[in-house]
Parts: sequence; C-alpha cells; structure tokens
Amino acid sequence: MENKKIIIDPVTRIEGHAKITIDLDCDGKVEDAKIHVTQYRGFEKFCEGRMYTEMPAITARTCGICPVSHVVASTKAIDEILAVTPPQAGINIRKIINLAQILQSHTLNFFHLSSPDFIYGFDAPKEDRNIFKMMQTHPVMAKDGIILRAFGQKIIEELGGKRIHPTGITPGGAAKKIEESQKEMILKEIPNAMKIAQGALKYFKENLHKFQKEIDSFATFPSLFMALINPDGTLEHYDGVLRFIDSEGNILEEGIDPQNYKDYIGEAVEEDSYLKSPYYKPLGYPMGMYRVGALARLNIASTCGTPLADEELKNFKALGGGKPVLNSFYYHYARLIEIIYAIEKIEELLNDDETISETVRRTSKVSKNRGVGCSEAPRGTLFHEYHVTKEGVITAVNLIIATGNNNLAMNAGIKQAALAFVDGNNITDGALNRVEAVIRCFDPCLSCSTHALGIVSSKIEVRDHNKNIIKVIERN
Amino acid sequence: MIREKVRVKTFKINGVDVTGQSNQTILEVARDNGIEIPTLCHLEGLSCVGSCRMCIVEIKGSREPTPACTAKIKEGIEVTTNSSKIEATRKMILSMMFSERTHTCSTCVANGDCELQNKSVELELQHSQVPYLNKRFEIDASHKNFVNDPNRCILCTRCIRVCDEIEGAHALDLAGRGLSTRIIHDMDEPWADSQSCTSCGKCVYVCPTGALYEKDVSEEEVIKKRGIILELVKNRGKY
Repeated sequence: MENKKIIIDPVTRIEGHAKITIDLDCDGKVEDAKIHVTQYRGFEKFCEGRMYTEMPAITARTCGICPVSHVVASTKAIDEILAVTPPQAGINIRKIINLAQILQSHTLNFFHLSSPDFIYGFDAPKEDRNIFKMMQTHPVMAKDGIILRAFGQKIIEELGGKRIHPTGITPGGAAKKIEESQKEMILKEIPNAMKIAQGALKYFKENLHKFQKEIDSFATFPSLFMALINPDGTLEHYDGVLRFIDSEGNILEEGIDPQNYKDYIGEAVEEDSYLKSPYYKPLGYPMGMYRVGALARLNIASTCGTPLADEELKNFKALGGGKPVLNSFYYHYARLIEIIYAIEKIEELLNDDETISETVRRTSKVSKNRGVGCSEAPRGTLFHEYHVTKEGVITAVNLIIATGNNNLAMNAGIKQAALAFVDGNNITDGALNRVEAVIRCFDPCLSCSTHALGIVSSKIEVRDHNKNIIKVIERN
Repeated sequence: MIREKVRVKTFKINGVDVTGQSNQTILEVARDNGIEIPTLCHLEGLSCVGSCRMCIVEIKGSREPTPACTAKIKEGIEVTTNSSKIEATRKMILSMMFSERTHTCSTCVANGDCELQNKSVELELQHSQVPYLNKRFEIDASHKNFVNDPNRCILCTRCIRVCDEIEGAHALDLAGRGLSTRIIHDMDEPWADSQSCTSCGKCVYVCPTGALYEKDVSEEEVIKKRGIILELVKNRGKY
C-alpha cells in the first residue's frame, strides 16, 4: 500500500480558515498530522507608513470576533508611545469592554461551535452537528447561548460605540464616560447572564464523563503555559506581568514586563502555514512549545479573585492534582469558568465609583519611538509592537496573535488525536471530526471570520504520495 | 476695465422657466430655485474651479456634459440636471475617485463626517465600478498640529483655494500629473518647513475628506468646520 495523505479543508466550526493534512504510512497508519493556516493578511506590512492614531481602527479589522482584544492591545501600545497612563475610569472601561468580549467569544465557542459535539457526540451524523439542529432539539440552550452572547455584545456596543470594531477605546483611555443609565442597564441583565453561564457549566460537567477518551487524547501532553497575571497571583486579562510555567507547575519566568516579550518569545516560520510559531526562547524551537488561553490562564493564576469563579476554580485545579491541567479538552471547562469570572468582574468594576468618574482620557504627544501593548484575548496573550517616527508615522509592526502562540501545541494536538482515532484503512467521519474538534478546543481565531461567506463546507481528500486524489469526502 | 453689464437671463432647468443674472452660474440659479445639483469640490465662499465634475448637467445642443458650478447662464438654454446618463456618469466619476486613492472609510479619521462618503450614499454608489489602483503615497506628518495624507485626497483643491483666497498665504499648490498629482507645500517641502504656511488650519477644516486633519485624533474623531469660510467672507462684506 502506498503512502497516503488525508486533507481536511476547510476545518469547520472554528473562526477563520485552515486545513488539516494527515499523512498515512504504507500500512495506513497515521504518520504525521498538521494544521495549515491558509490565509495571508499582511497587517504587519501594510500598517507601515500609516499614522499611529489609526492603528486601533486598522488592527481591529484583524478579526470580527475579537476586535476588542486588538483595540485594547493596540491602544496600550500607543499609550506606551505617548508615555501616557490613562485615568482609572478609562482603564476600567477598557477592562469591562475586554471582559465583555471574552464573555461573548467564549459563549460563541461553547454554544455555537462546540456544543453540537457535546450534545450529539463526535460520531453523530454530520448533518446534526450544528447549531441549527441544536435549535430544534435543545431550543432553550440555543436561545440561552444567543442571549448570553448578546449580553456581552450589548456591553461592547454601549461602552464602545459599536458591537464590532468599537471606537470607544482610544489612545489615552476611553472615548466616553459611562452614564448611570448604561450602568443600570448592564447591571440589570447580570443575574440572568449568570444563570445561563452556570447552567452551561452544569451541563458541561454532567456530560463530561462521556468524553473520557477525548479528554485523554485531545492535545493532552506536557507543555509550558504563558499568561498575564497580577503580582498577587490573581487572574488578569488587561494589566499585569507575563509568567511562564512548566508542566509541573514550576515558575520558569516571573514578572516579565510585556515590553520585553522579545527576550523570551522567539518566532519560527514554517513552510506550510501562514501562521507563525512562537516558542519560549530559552528552550528553543520547537522544544519551547507553550499554550496560552483560558487553560493557561487558569493553570497559572492561583485565584480568580471573584467568589463564584474561585469556587469552580478549585474543582478545575483538582483535575491536575496540584499540577497544571494538561488536557486541552479542558479548555472548554476553563472558558466556562472565565465566563462566570467575567460576569462577576464586570459587576464589580461597574460598582466601583472610580469607573463612572468624568475623566476617562488623557492626551499626549509622541514621546517614545517604540511601544508594546499586551492583553489577554479570549484565545490567549496578544502582543502588538509598534515603532514610530517622531512625527508618529509607523515604521515597523510586529503582532503575535493569541492563536499563534498555540500553533505548535495545536499541531502536536491534532497528531495525537489522529494517532488515537484515525485508521487509514477505515476513515470514518467521526474520527475526522475528532481531529477538527481538537482544534476547536483551542478555539483558534484564524483571523477575520467575518469575511467567510455562505455555507462553510469541509472537504477531505485522500491523496497518494504523488498528490493524486484517490478519494474525496465532502461535507456541506 | 470695461465691465460687462449684468443682465437678466431667462432659461429652462428641467423644463421649468427660471431667471438669473448673467454673471451667475447654472449652479447658483438652480439652487436659488430650489433645484439641487450634487457638488463636491464646490464650497460656498470660495471660487469655483469645476475640478470634481460632480455637478455636471446636460445643455441641449451640447454634446459634452457641462459643470454647473463654472458654466455661466445664457439666454434660452435648456438645462437638464438629472438623467440616467448624468447619474451614471456621476457614479463613474465617484468610482474613479475611490479607485485612484485608498479610501478605507472604516478606519478613517473622517468616517461619519466625510463629503466623499456622504456623496456615495446620496448617489447610491454601493461599490466602485472600476478596480482599485492601491497606489501608495507618503504621509506628511511633519507639522506639529496637522497631517497631510494624500492617500485620501480627491484633488478638489479647496485647501489651495482657501489658503490663497481667504488666508492670502498661497502656501499650497498642486504638483505632478494625472494619478500622481499631489497637494504640496511651497516648493514641495515638508509641511513643517513651509515658510508661507501660517498654521491657521483653514485647509484642514474645509477638506472634504480625511486627507487633511488635526494630529492625534483617532478614527471618526476628525473636526471639520466647512461653514466658517462663508462666515469669514460675509464678515469681510463680500456677500
């Protein structure tokens, strides 16, 4: 039997476009598996020559799901360039919008993208594994997902001006103060949002026992973890310092100022993907593989700092038995805890008198020629680095998008799942769905899903070593 | 100098009899009679140059469309301000403006306060009818208060006219030809080095797009004061 290659193109129910290739050996056993990000965006290049003030608006267009994350990282980089510290109200407004974004994005992943797998199982007919089927069989759950996501989006719209690509976060702070009426409107919806979030968590935990094989083989391996963290060890998504831990939970680097990220993170480029592969520099490439995102954040933080999330964090930490949780399947669990944290934190910040004070923005002129903005996006740590002339014209840009940090781990993860589930002599739809589901664990945002039109279909091609297609399985 | 005597002329716009003074343009008489003709480079208080061709109208017997802002009225002419041919031509002109430079509304400082954007809505131009050229121009951010981004310039020359006619400095002018034409300061020097610019900001406030704008403002934050020119002219007793 000849060597064969299975290609899953595009990967479905993720944000953005990617394809997976699975290489089979002569006996039909999995030899290797890789994810290829097939889009090229060019932001780092075409931003050159533009004014620094435009960067939040331009880089927000990297994505339609998590534009807030880019706006936050971008404005933080510009704050550095302007050498300005936003007033506390401005920071709090940014934090609330950022948390609302994390809430809506995590909700999207759980309810809209991943829950069909949990409800119907990974072997369910492909026609059933989508939110439309869920609307028929679990209408309350589907509606809850929409309500919870809308709650996050409404906060972004109220405070940021627009649901997608908001303009309310500006260099030096925020564009507008929070009005009392807006605060009341958001606070009023919090109890219902919390009820939905807790319901989702309960459902997930009750059904977890069905997926033991997936838990064991969906990117379950030792790796480093990276996230922002407060100096007191609490969960942080906006401020804080960077921390790296290893798979045993030992702290490798503590208190890294995000401005110095380049001393610790290297960027490798692979021939078959447009997504770069960052790695932890002291361990080199590819040994310095690390994971970011909800799983990494909860592994690194000792507490969330809010009561309900902390209660659940104890259960989460118990899974690792005192060590970091290494199963990527638990990204889903971590995201659900973060939804609860986000709701609690939004309430806490809104009730902080400082948040509704009048001064929300400070202005300044270009004072430095380099600035790094770092924040925790739903999918992990995001870096924006800008270099400017003294007049404020951008001369160089470097972006490490949250998903990129997970690139090496995602590749290792799909290989692990492919080895566990794919048999080249009997390629089943359920096995291939599991390989895609590994990617869904990481909830990658492969840039700008808003540009995907029409019905997303999936095509799996089985090719021999000469790349001749010998079998095609199509989904649409 | 022998001045031509101003006379009253009678003619037709869209089949309706109208009268005006012989030194008036078709645009002025049309607006006096409540007939709207779209304009872009025209700004009340400044001279008319007919550079944008947005106000083109048809005059019976003439093969070519005529810009209403510069065409003086004549006795007995029959003007049509709206026909399917004119509408199509205006849309094509607007498309060509979009294609020549990089007008990305969503990330522009003038988003929401841009005359080019508003004109597209008014004329129902949903997409450019010609391909984008994606030509890149260097931004001049040397001035301490203002930015000149030629990527958003439609070459209406309002800035040149306001600097010359109202401020009296004539610090701005055009350089280059065709697609490469740019607004320059003095002898094509960085704005900050211009000896004749008074930094009054009038050019910035009359610019119809986000080509000239105040420094340090972000998306949608541009400040335009296009009405101030007419006020200044009135204050000087010219109206």
